[in-house]
Amino acid sequence: MLAAMRRTRRYRTRLDRRPPATAPPVRGPRRVLLALERRSKEALFDCRMCGQCILHSTGLSCPMRCPKNLRNGPCGGVLQDGRCEVLPDRPCVWVQAWEGSRRLPLWRDHLLHIQKPVDWRLQETSSWENLLTRRDAYAPPGWVAYEEGRRG
Amino acid sequence: MSEPRSHLDRLLRSDTFVVTAEMPTVDGADPAAVLRAAERLRGRVDAVNCTDNSAAHPHLSSVAAGHLLLDAGVEPIVQLTCRDRNRLALQADLLGAAALGVRNVCLMTGDDVTAGDHPEAKPLYDLDSIHLIRTARILRDAGTYLSGRPLDSPPNFLVGAVENPFAPPLEFRPMRLGKKIEAGAEFIQTQICFDLPRLRLFLARAGDLGLLGRVPILVGVFVPRSARAVRYLRDEVPGIDVPEGILARMASVPEERQWEEGVRIAIEIVEEVRTLPGVRGVHLMAIRNEEGIDAVLEGAGLLPRPARVPVG
Repeated sequence: MLAAMRRTRRYRTRLDRRPPATAPPVRGPRRVLLALERRSKEALFDCRMCGQCILHSTGLSCPMRCPKNLRNGPCGGVLQDGRCEVLPDRPCVWVQAWEGSRRLPLWRDHLLHIQKPVDWRLQETSSWENLLTRRDAYAPPGWVAYEEGRRG
Repeated sequence: MSEPRSHLDRLLRSDTFVVTAEMPTVDGADPAAVLRAAERLRGRVDAVNCTDNSAAHPHLSSVAAGHLLLDAGVEPIVQLTCRDRNRLALQADLLGAAALGVRNVCLMTGDDVTAGDHPEAKPLYDLDSIHLIRTARILRDAGTYLSGRPLDSPPNFLVGAVENPFAPPLEFRPMRLGKKIEAGAEFIQTQICFDLPRLRLFLARAGDLGLLGRVPILVGVFVPRSARAVRYLRDEVPGIDVPEGILARMASVPEERQWEEGVRIAIEIVEEVRTLPGVRGVHLMAIRNEEGIDAVLEGAGLLPRPARVPVG
């Protein structure tokens, strides 16, 4: 009975390749790291745990709080007083990013860097771990090849 | 220099002041509705934008509309937004549009679903506009999908983008224009312009960044039908900056003469932006005011247009 349940679970995991809605179980020191990152960055930046942090490039304003998940700058719908068009009770994440980036001593021009598409598989994982393991370095191969071609 | 990719591309490379307009949206499955719009605009503008579920309301698809316009001898600019499709569907539609003969695309994030009539829908935003622009260039120039998988035959289209010089953070907007050019945008259509000083400032900053002349800019010009239409833009359409003066001017004339006043305002804006550095044309928009667009084309001396010569 138990063995059958385990088999089913294994089979289901293999079938279900959608990104997990919540973090897959992590244990040991990885779990501590994940909890530490979540606690601190949620409190400080309202972090959404995308697992591929670019806060330093966005004036410490988390771009995943943007309802359109824009990582390269504001949309065209920002209200005249700087509020978000989708959530008008909040300021635009990118207005905050612009202002935040002007206050940063470093990384100011990072706002101008083109950020690669989001790797949605990393949702709810630790960006610190992904940085250490270089898992966050992934970009779609066609994207990488094109950039390398442009650099010559 | 390489061969022009489209009639629009050829004009943008010439010294013609280019005129594009927006297709009225079509709600239904009758191609005649698209053809009627085509009739009206054929020979009177250089290219026509087919919007992609504009204001987050579903309409006849932009790719289909573009195809119908081509059949009617009108140069289409097919718009695609990041709101409704993930990266697979966007690439599929870019290829589909190209296969149907579309030679101009204009790529953007899109209004949010909460602005439309299906606010409960799941918005996608898998890519952002800059990712989508770059993806279109990868399909075209590298001949591969984003995944790196090779295409049998790459599409050949001119890649356009939009920018809104009139929404906060204003100082960042010229830099964002730069990012879009860096990502691969080859022409820019702006959001509706009423505020010329703001546009001048935007262009001056873009000039400081060395961006002017690197990409042709078509300034969005709205032809208001009434004071109510202007108020609607100000209150209901996010990201549009309507100076009080414009609204006051529209409201100061009696209702039956507001249409004329709207045309006059649009003509004045066209004439002003014609003289600005970096501006290579205008993009005319209206809400149920096709006659207004006609009147502006005539009143601003934008007619006749050069004959459309499709690129082989």
